[in-house]
Amino acid sequence: MKKRQLILEDGTVFNGYAFGSERASQGEVVFTTGMTGYQETLSDPSFYGQIVTFTYPLIGNYGINRDDFESISPAIRGMVCRELAKEPSNFRSDLSLHDYLVSQDIPGIEGIDTRKLTRIIRSKGAVKAMLTAADEEANIDEIAAILQATPLIANHVKEVSPKAAYPSPGRGKRVVLIDFGMKHGILRELNKRDCDVLVVPYNTSAEQILAWHPDGIMLSNGPGDPADVTEGIETIRNLIGKVPIFGICLGHQLFALASGAKSFKLPFGHRGANHPVKDLRTGRTELTSQNHGYAIDEKSLEGTDLEVTHVALNDGTIEGLRHKKYPIFTVQYHPEASPGPEDSNHLFDEFIELMEIEAKEGKQHA
Amino acid sequence: MPKRTDIETILVIGSGPIIIGQAAEFDYAGTQACLSLKEEGYRVILINSNPATIMTDTQIADKVYLEPISLEFVSRILRKERPDAILPTLGGQTGLNMAIELDNSGILEELGIEILGTKLDAIHKAEDRDLFRNLMYELGAPVPESDIIHNLDEARSFVKKIGYPVIVRPAFTLGGTGGGICHNDQELEEIVASGLKYSPVTQCLLEKSIAGFKEIEYEVMRDSIDNAIVVCNMENFDPVGIHTGDSIVVAPSQTLSDREYQMLRNISLDIIRALKIEGGCNVQLALDPYSFNYYVIEVNPRVSRSSALASKATGYPIAKLAAKIAVGLTLDEIINPVTGSTYADFEPALDYIVAKIPRWPFDKFESAKRNLGTQMKATGEVMALGRTFEEAILKAVRSLETGHSHIELKHPEDNSDTWVEKRIRKAGDERLFFIGEAMRRGVSIEKIHEWSQIDLWFLNKLQNIINMETTLAQNVNNADILRQAKRMGFADKKIAEIWNTTAKEVYDYRKAQNIIPVYKMVDTCAAEFESTTPYFYGTYEEENESIVTEKQSVIVLGSGPIRIGQGVEFDYATVHSVWAIQEAGYEAIIINSNPETVSTDFSISDKLYFEPLTIEDVMHIIDLEKPIGVVVQFGGQTAINLADKLAANGVKILGTSLEDIDRAENRDKFEQALHQLGIPQPAGETAVSTDEALKIGKKLGFPVLVRPSYVLGGRAMEIVYNEEELKHYMENAVEASPDHPVLVDRYLTGQEIEVDAISDGENVLIPGIMEHIERAGVHSGDSISVYPPQKLTEQQKATLVDYTTRLAKGLNIIGLMNIQYVLSKGEIFVIEVNPRSSRTVPFLSKITNIPMANIATKAILGQSIVDQGYETGLAKEQKGVFVKVPVFSFAKLRRVDITLGPEMKSTGEVMGKDATFEKALYKGFVAAGMEIKTHGTVLFTVSDKDKEEAIALAKRFNTVGYRIMATEGTAKAFAEAGVHADVVGKIGAKEKTLLEVIQNGEAQLVVNTLTKGKQPARDGFRIRRESVENGVPCLTSLDTAEAMLEVIESMTFTAEEMPKAEVFH
Repeated sequence: MKKRQLILEDGTVFNGYAFGSERASQGEVVFTTGMTGYQETLSDPSFYGQIVTFTYPLIGNYGINRDDFESISPAIRGMVCRELAKEPSNFRSDLSLHDYLVSQDIPGIEGIDTRKLTRIIRSKGAVKAMLTAADEEANIDEIAAILQATPLIANHVKEVSPKAAYPSPGRGKRVVLIDFGMKHGILRELNKRDCDVLVVPYNTSAEQILAWHPDGIMLSNGPGDPADVTEGIETIRNLIGKVPIFGICLGHQLFALASGAKSFKLPFGHRGANHPVKDLRTGRTELTSQNHGYAIDEKSLEGTDLEVTHVALNDGTIEGLRHKKYPIFTVQYHPEASPGPEDSNHLFDEFIELMEIEAKEGKQHA
Repeated sequence: MPKRTDIETILVIGSGPIIIGQAAEFDYAGTQACLSLKEEGYRVILINSNPATIMTDTQIADKVYLEPISLEFVSRILRKERPDAILPTLGGQTGLNMAIELDNSGILEELGIEILGTKLDAIHKAEDRDLFRNLMYELGAPVPESDIIHNLDEARSFVKKIGYPVIVRPAFTLGGTGGGICHNDQELEEIVASGLKYSPVTQCLLEKSIAGFKEIEYEVMRDSIDNAIVVCNMENFDPVGIHTGDSIVVAPSQTLSDREYQMLRNISLDIIRALKIEGGCNVQLALDPYSFNYYVIEVNPRVSRSSALASKATGYPIAKLAAKIAVGLTLDEIINPVTGSTYADFEPALDYIVAKIPRWPFDKFESAKRNLGTQMKATGEVMALGRTFEEAILKAVRSLETGHSHIELKHPEDNSDTWVEKRIRKAGDERLFFIGEAMRRGVSIEKIHEWSQIDLWFLNKLQNIINMETTLAQNVNNADILRQAKRMGFADKKIAEIWNTTAKEVYDYRKAQNIIPVYKMVDTCAAEFESTTPYFYGTYEEENESIVTEKQSVIVLGSGPIRIGQGVEFDYATVHSVWAIQEAGYEAIIINSNPETVSTDFSISDKLYFEPLTIEDVMHIIDLEKPIGVVVQFGGQTAINLADKLAANGVKILGTSLEDIDRAENRDKFEQALHQLGIPQPAGETAVSTDEALKIGKKLGFPVLVRPSYVLGGRAMEIVYNEEELKHYMENAVEASPDHPVLVDRYLTGQEIEVDAISDGENVLIPGIMEHIERAGVHSGDSISVYPPQKLTEQQKATLVDYTTRLAKGLNIIGLMNIQYVLSKGEIFVIEVNPRSSRTVPFLSKITNIPMANIATKAILGQSIVDQGYETGLAKEQKGVFVKVPVFSFAKLRRVDITLGPEMKSTGEVMGKDATFEKALYKGFVAAGMEIKTHGTVLFTVSDKDKEEAIALAKRFNTVGYRIMATEGTAKAFAEAGVHADVVGKIGAKEKTLLEVIQNGEAQLVVNTLTKGKQPARDGFRIRRESVENGVPCLTSLDTAEAMLEVIESMTFTAEEMPKAEVFH
């Protein structure tokens, strides 16, 4: 087995073994605590630019199958785990995780103390890191210096959003889905409900969107700092009050920014499949799948038309918002799950319902 | 939602004695629940008949009733205490069944008592096969094709429809009692008959067998506002077909993709919501390895063995939170006790893998069927945590204490290829080892998969282990390879074997190369949040998280998996020792490998290391913690057996020194000591060969008692009556050698007496003397024990106190000791001294109010008994009478002979206490599950040597109105003595045989004494098994029969005709 190192910006080195691509790679190293769903995770565009550490030690057990991708090609910069399964076992497995990552030219490292790494990330927050090329003799100090000097990448959305609009036809509600780095799960949920979906790039203007006469707008998830996505914010601002809107993750943040709120970077983000979210209206909690490094600042809601509907049970951060006047609701987490619990799947039904109500009575006050 | 204020007093129902399928996990659950309710300010009343538990300590609940868990006694307590509610969901199947019985009797309604946790209606829906299936249909949850049957004809017509194989699941039974898989008509007849017998509602479910599917379990919780979560999911290494309690299990699931995981999670949550359970629930599912098809197999609407495992596997305390939910608190307002900063409403994320292996009693029951199926046979289990599957499974293997330190058979060469294949095809306790052997013989994993249906993922991992053996062999003393092997969980012992060196050499080499384990925290959240739980496991990684404090510490070794002979009593003592160490101002550190117990609850000690109890694993912790010493006398033989190796590594053994332990355990040294002290013991000698044994036998005169030295629970102990039997024993039962001598003693009949004592080196405290009902020759753990002694004279008691005191001082005991005596023909002999805590410590502590393990621990730490405020000598006798009655699990173990003898067979015990001996004994019998009928029929079939005694008993049975039945010989002897007995035919006779009498339920009690030999083929064996299969109490000791008779006599008014008046003319 070829050796590989993971070098952090502070000079910490983890010595392990290479899998996937043999090239070197650089990015922000983050961790996710989900115990299943590595295929969905590594193909989630929200991880764009990041090296993803799986805290669960055994990854790749059930291989890679044709069904569980959340995007056409993965956006991650690298993968870190304790042990990669060499011989996957599952009836759907088409190839091993290693072979898949080779085909996608994504490097990985295994055999390291991922719990130690997780604890470092937890205490330091955003950590820049380098995966060395396989069997490369690296100069640690030099790499640490490079990492320190390299700013975290910005404008992720541009990289993962489609270049042109495309339809995913149905006979139901017409939904324009603004793709900021969408997980396929969102489209799947809309298709399941027979929506007539038009997926559009992040920088599509409100005018153009409204010209398609949508019954509703879906704001997708996506990577990076919401404040970077100025065009998206502008578009959303012009859509508020025109049609029902449902936003997820980055979509939720962009809606909040468009309404005048502010975002901030969380110390080490929420990434995993076990995050409890409390619905303030029902008092009930749902387990949610989450993947975000930023959140909306509650204090900044003052003076806006936004109302908090959901909060994270553990750190109290905002997990859901509603517009006080218009049929708009957004959540910070992933109701489309994949991977993770499907407790909040009903939000898509609520979105359909909202569009139906709007169709019946909403138009009169529009 | 805040907790309820409309209830103040809650009665918690415990699970009673330890039996297969319902073990120490309920002591853990019950203890947590009671403390949790007290913490919330409720008044807690507990009923449990099992004295060997922490939960029955008076500080655990506000009031503790050590009474039988029967309608009669629970009702009495309800009337006396008038609780507002009862909580039955933490007492296993016993608790649930009791709740149903109480409800049926109308007492709950009459007294206005509410049932907390799971409503009765939900219990019915989960447990009644018909209602359960209907609910599953409503939820759209697939269940295997099945039918409820009430008789054999219905069973046959179901099989006609769907064909073999089918699974029989009796309704309302525990651990699948009476059930099994049938492949043909004969098995169907046999198993359906037994299933119907064991089902209290004479109902079985016949189900299409889905053997070969993956078996997956979800531990789910729900609160009153419908928040529901999955605490943990688990995957069985063994596919469907083997009871989950008998399966090797890993957590979390390994071979499920997220879609499969979520699909099964969704249905599990749907089920707990539909049942409206407030608390914990276990859902068992079968997943087709080749599609998304799945079936719901079973739902347990309560805390279970699996939930105890899930709690220890994740750190998430299910029982504690289930109790809080039962009183109205909701998951989102309860703080996660592990992190201390997040809420209980979340799903634990693991960053390690957990492996559980069951511990089976087949080492004790050689004749038992070792095949595993739907009826659970394990008495206990071990759990191990690691960062790889290989590490977890190898750690679990060496935690078993079955002499395995690796996945290999003890004598691989004795097994032919066909035999290996057979043992892989048909699962038994050693399948894992047979798989290892097959791999070593070059069998492909595909082949093994075909034989066993075990998922290739697991087999691949096992293959990695086998491959590493070769790599090690090719790279002797290669540090890199050594590191890899250690990361895979290899024991030094195994590496040493491959490298042809000693474990110590490997250990020293590793230390020099800095290949030592670190300790990771179990924190429920994969390090996402900061946690402070002192719960650790060892692994070969970089960062150590177990911070050694400034405070002086003491390590206590636990007792490992529950097995016959080493049960929950030792966990009880371990926990008390931990508490005493803390009271004495030290940090208490515990090492144990058993997930079912209170001692492995991380909130008990200052630090918990969940690790195998082998010298290697223990030394690693000692190297890190540098304690002032190690306490070995509370963890049973497990801990004692480590003492010499620890001492050899320079570790201080606290309490009785190693030399003195050896003086008590080594036969020759012990004899010398007794000789010096002038205390008599039965004549006996040590043999290291068959010839020598025969010589000794001849010298002493038969019968003789034979056993290997250094044993627990009388393993392989036998009474042999002649040379031939002795020869057979020496050649078959033991392997005598200079390292493993066999003890041959004269067998003295007489009254057996047991004494526990505490010594601080100068003073000796004897909390009490216990007398056994069964004469010497029946293992003390299988005897009914009585306190205070009923038959001893003051003079005899004085002698016992004198001997005990002299022994304690003479052997320099510091801490606890246990002594077995026999009173034969007026003279007292010492049979055995155990320089450690014993099975009777909790029983005696509870009845005398002398916290023995606590006092002993403090004595060990240097505080004298007198300084602790206790007087020395024999403590004042308590008022009333207390009996300890053993409980057996014979119904679960086919082909095991139930005859009582020197080898221990019971799995648990109950206590009966009352003002008189008879009343206490009545309670003891009832609590042990024996129904005492004031009239009925007793069937005698006794050996010639016992006929005299049996006649006297038969007469008395007759006097109280019992009808007597007997086999020809016995009946004849009875008739000669003037006792009429109806004659029943022997096995094979033309007339009605005794087997039919038993099968038809015509006898309520069977008294059978052993003829000769232990071959199962004998008639006596069949009679005894037939009684067990038919749930008829079968007494194999006339002493037990007499004790029961005394109880019956005390309950009956005599029915004597008036003496004929003399007629005067």
